[in-house]
Amino acid sequence: MLDVNRDEGYTTADGRKIGRVAMEMKNITLRFGGVVAIKDISFDIRWGEIRAIIGPNGAGKSSMLNVISGFYHPQEGEVWYKGHLRPRMRPYQVARTGIARTFQNIALFEGMSVLDNIMTGRLNHMNKGFFSQALWWGPAAREEEENREKVEKVIDFLEIQHIRKTPVARLPYGLKKRVELARALAAEPSILLLDEPMAGMNVEEKEDMSRFILDVNDEFGSTIVLIEHDMGVVMDLSDRVVVMDYGKKIGDGSPDEVRSNEEVIKAYLGVQHD
Amino acid sequence: MIYREAGDFKTSYAADNQTFPIRGDRIAYYMVLAFAFLVMPFVINDYWANAIVLPFLIYAIAALGLNILIGYCGQLSLGSGAFMAVGAYATFKLTTAFPGLSIVFVVLLAGLVTAGVGVLFGLPSLRIKGFYLAVATLAAQFFLIWLFTQQPWFYNNSPTGMISMPTREFLGMPVTGPRASAVNMYLLCLVFVVALAWLARNLTRGTLGRRWMAIRDMDIAAEIIGVNPMMAKLSAFAVSSFFIGVAGALFFAVYLGAAEASEAFGIEKSFIILFMVIIGGLGSILGSFIGAFFLIVGPVLLKLLLVDQLGWSTDLAAHLEIMIIGALILLFLITEPHGITALWRTIKEKLRLWPFPH
Repeated sequence: MLDVNRDEGYTTADGRKIGRVAMEMKNITLRFGGVVAIKDISFDIRWGEIRAIIGPNGAGKSSMLNVISGFYHPQEGEVWYKGHLRPRMRPYQVARTGIARTFQNIALFEGMSVLDNIMTGRLNHMNKGFFSQALWWGPAAREEEENREKVEKVIDFLEIQHIRKTPVARLPYGLKKRVELARALAAEPSILLLDEPMAGMNVEEKEDMSRFILDVNDEFGSTIVLIEHDMGVVMDLSDRVVVMDYGKKIGDGSPDEVRSNEEVIKAYLGVQHD
Repeated sequence: MIYREAGDFKTSYAADNQTFPIRGDRIAYYMVLAFAFLVMPFVINDYWANAIVLPFLIYAIAALGLNILIGYCGQLSLGSGAFMAVGAYATFKLTTAFPGLSIVFVVLLAGLVTAGVGVLFGLPSLRIKGFYLAVATLAAQFFLIWLFTQQPWFYNNSPTGMISMPTREFLGMPVTGPRASAVNMYLLCLVFVVALAWLARNLTRGTLGRRWMAIRDMDIAAEIIGVNPMMAKLSAFAVSSFFIGVAGALFFAVYLGAAEASEAFGIEKSFIILFMVIIGGLGSILGSFIGAFFLIVGPVLLKLLLVDQLGWSTDLAAHLEIMIIGALILLFLITEPHGITALWRTIKEKLRLWPFPH
């Protein structure tokens, strides 16, 4: 049983300190016409934790992530972020508040090199004006170099130095996933959203990716929200888990709590017959 | 093998980011520049200037502009002819209203006016994409040409309905009008081409270029990482139209001297610039030059070959020329749909490993 103090956070089993609430979803309801994708869901995300959202297909996990990243606007409910009620925002505005994400079906810019793709992650940190860029004059050139250095650190971290200049379209699936993670990391996000980072990977690639996710959390202190199908992976990686089914929240807590939750077992893991 | 990357090590990100990372390319680039500035002015004559060099330079600017819009930002446009007309008519109105204004400023201002018009006609891009956007820009083509031929204010009530460029001097030398020499016109266009190509390169390799390419490759993902789609698309329309406007201004002021909108800037102009961009290579600065070279210089060289070398009759050559150019376009597009620059890129990759197959 996690001892979650509402204000001060908690300490995980492996001794990491989890901070205060970073984002709180309050009574979110999302409808598409008559279809209710998310039904009155509330949960919070704390600074520094790895928060997983799991559930069977069509449970509304991806919709939830889309609400967080501003892609969908819920009909009811509030999103509180960094202590403020978040107004209705376009996705690019949400990105500028420090939320980066990856996609279930890779959304890289196929016509650009790996390096350029990751550099796009830095766009929100680069603000030199049009004319400075056009003349490639002092500030713009310096800005480019500074950000290139940051990007190179991410490239180093994810071990993709050898494909730096390769066009993304030529990469195999697993590497594309890694480049997409790199692009999100380059943005130095406060909250990193990962939509099925391990979908379609083999065991080895999954192990690599799990290691990267833990390392990201460990080294950069990033708060990570992740959707994943692979139960083993989720239970090993995450600090707390939200379980959704048919748009409703049926469980919330540490992996162990969730595993022993009757309703979760019924909905997701299957009912035991004895 | 002189032309290769091996041993050409980079020790800073600036060196890695330069426009021509391979030393051979760099040397070739400076040699072309030196040839254009130091040799060409002494050998150029009226025939070469009017048949090849001036149209090549001017169309290269227009192709650069359209390439920024289509090749880098992915917004299809068929209005380039009309935007050239905006540049031309803006030049005419400005230079007749302010005869003392330097021709260089007039051309730049004409580019800015075109940028404004381009943004206006780029507004539909916020809602529609692809072919539908192309149709919307087609409206610009017809509306603007109608405006310039039907509203006497634009051609200063001249009875012929044409605009004609008065003589203007730059640094004491006439660069437009009947007294302008081939060298002066050439140098003026050359300076614009070099400066604008450099600007285009800088804009496309920096943050703005990445925003454009992100929108081109996947607009939803671009928005998720923080690209404001409206700003990215409209800035592409503005920059692209600026280039095309400058091209139109030079086309009218330096090359034609006198023009009528529907004849000089009709829909076929839009298409020929589009062909240049597609044949040369979408999303490539070099491609814009290659495309312009192919479609402007190609026919002239073919005519020289057929008429002067092989002794064919002029009209037969003229017809065959169209067929051969058409066939070449098809051939190029079938072998390499991404344009001649992609072909060049493949050759470079092969050269890197040559003579080994892998």
